Amino acid sequence: MSLTLAEVEHIAHLARLQLSEEEKIRFREQLSAILEYAARLQQVDTRDIPPTSSVLPPRSRLREDEPHAPFSRDKILANAPNSHQGYFRVPPVLE
Amino acid sequence: MEKPHNLTVRQALTALKNGSLSSEELTRACLTQIERLEGTVHAFITLTAEKALENARAADARRMAARRHPDEPLPPLLGLPIAVKDLLTLSGVRCTCGSRILENFIPPFTATAVQRLLDAGVVIVGKTNTDEFAMGSSTENSAFGVTFNPWDTRRVPGGSSGGSAAAVAARMIPAALGTDTGGSVRQPAAFCGVTGIKPTYGRVSRYGLMAYGSSLDTVGVLARSAEDAAILFWPMAGFDPLDATTMEQPAADWQPPSPEMLRGLRIGVPKEYFLPGMQPEVEEKVRAAIQTLADLGAAVQEISLPHTEYALPVYYLIAPAEASANLARYDGVRFGYRAEAETLSELFNRSRSEGFGAEVKRRIMLGTYALSAGYYEAYYGQAQKVRTLIRQDFEQAFQQVDVIAAPVTPTTAFRIGEHRDDPLAMYLEDVFTLPTNLAGVPGLAFPVGFDRQELPIGMQLMAPHFQEEILFSIAHLYQQHTRWHLHAPLLI
Repeated sequence: MSLTLAEVEHIAHLARLQLSEEEKIRFREQLSAILEYAARLQQVDTRDIPPTSSVLPPRSRLREDEPHAPFSRDKILANAPNSHQGYFRVPPVLE
Repeated sequence: MEKPHNLTVRQALTALKNGSLSSEELTRACLTQIERLEGTVHAFITLTAEKALENARAADARRMAARRHPDEPLPPLLGLPIAVKDLLTLSGVRCTCGSRILENFIPPFTATAVQRLLDAGVVIVGKTNTDEFAMGSSTENSAFGVTFNPWDTRRVPGGSSGGSAAAVAARMIPAALGTDTGGSVRQPAAFCGVTGIKPTYGRVSRYGLMAYGSSLDTVGVLARSAEDAAILFWPMAGFDPLDATTMEQPAADWQPPSPEMLRGLRIGVPKEYFLPGMQPEVEEKVRAAIQTLADLGAAVQEISLPHTEYALPVYYLIAPAEASANLARYDGVRFGYRAEAETLSELFNRSRSEGFGAEVKRRIMLGTYALSAGYYEAYYGQAQKVRTLIRQDFEQAFQQVDVIAAPVTPTTAFRIGEHRDDPLAMYLEDVFTLPTNLAGVPGLAFPVGFDRQELPIGMQLMAPHFQEEILFSIAHLYQQHTRWHLHAPLLI
């Protein structure tokens, strides 16, 4: 299992990561080695084996629908890198 | 009396209760030890010394006031100093997760596990070092520098809860919280010669734990004995409406067991956990510890967990897949690091690329690939099916035996930088700890000896879901008969 540089670039785009040329080469090599190791899973016969969705017995419960005080806007915005009049401020979405 | 910072949790609580030691004295002694050794060990990312002393004085005042009302119960851990891994939030104290991306993040809320211990009376002295977002087995992946193993500072303390393990081993603090997604409590416990519990999935709330692999993440304790770990563990356990995966299992009122408890106890030793390439002394000491338990009355038998060899590839597909989704929230918009950018998409890309370290990027890439169109079934889908087989291995084993005993790691602590350029070699360090997380069962690691270089060796016990009690009991009885857990590194 060997990834191409184009695949590495595609994955980086999906993950919203901007990689340097050096990182692309290194990740290509390292991810290829890891995926090659993971390929041994293909040897396991999993016909009729359901995938694990939870390690605990499934159960759902309802909670009381009681109103409670949310975090204040000021508290939330205190960690914002940039805010304006109570909103998160970002650069233009569209050119 | 022992110097206060050398006291165990049990001893410290006794001294606090009988008035021979104040919380301020104890907390100050821990802070002095931290100050003395932090330059050598680097166990902490953030120290909250002032606040800790203030809280310690408040605990002393409360205990003093209670003398006049002896019938009113005091919180059980009142005045006990602990440390918290910097992956769990404490309101108003920055929580970095070992990452530049959260370097200045001040959480406005406290993790449930931490809050429950605060309610029980603990004093928090600081936040311990961790691999970035818990992704690592050596604490080398922290953006705030490496933690050094107190037994040999050329070596890693393990990870990702390496700061907590090193702090406990160096007698900086009697106990510390850790988190365990693939071995991150047990492996550093083994490397640093301390005792660490990874609970059943769903036993301790993860509200306020920064998510890494949500189907695997657990919150645990590192301490110097099984009894000490148990004292901190039970107050944290139980249902929390803020974490939908927690179960309504009542917390046990654990008491040190009578030695009779080991009579006829069935211990399984999985043959897949003794590999040809492992360090011979690890196998030797683990087998000797199992023999000790047999001498105390346990019935030991060999068992098989046939899918063990697949745990590593399963984990390194599932955990990165979950991480790639969980870490999507770090985008530079609402909190965390923001890079200079002209457009929103550039802001996402640059904030993440500049904020995350290499291992986090690697796992996000790996997970994104495993979940991407065309590869989902072959990687993630197949991994979740093999995970079912691994869980079934445990279910079948626990029909034959009460607990499973095995090494924690194939080797003792490795050298700093040893796996720097080979992530796969680093992942292989987790080979014996990953299956527990994939099956959701509890595991407890504790020291059972040393290798020729005086580095600690750990053994782990694993039990069926929600049976932490039996793990604490067995390890406690073992520690009543041996002295490995009492050894301390020379630098203390």
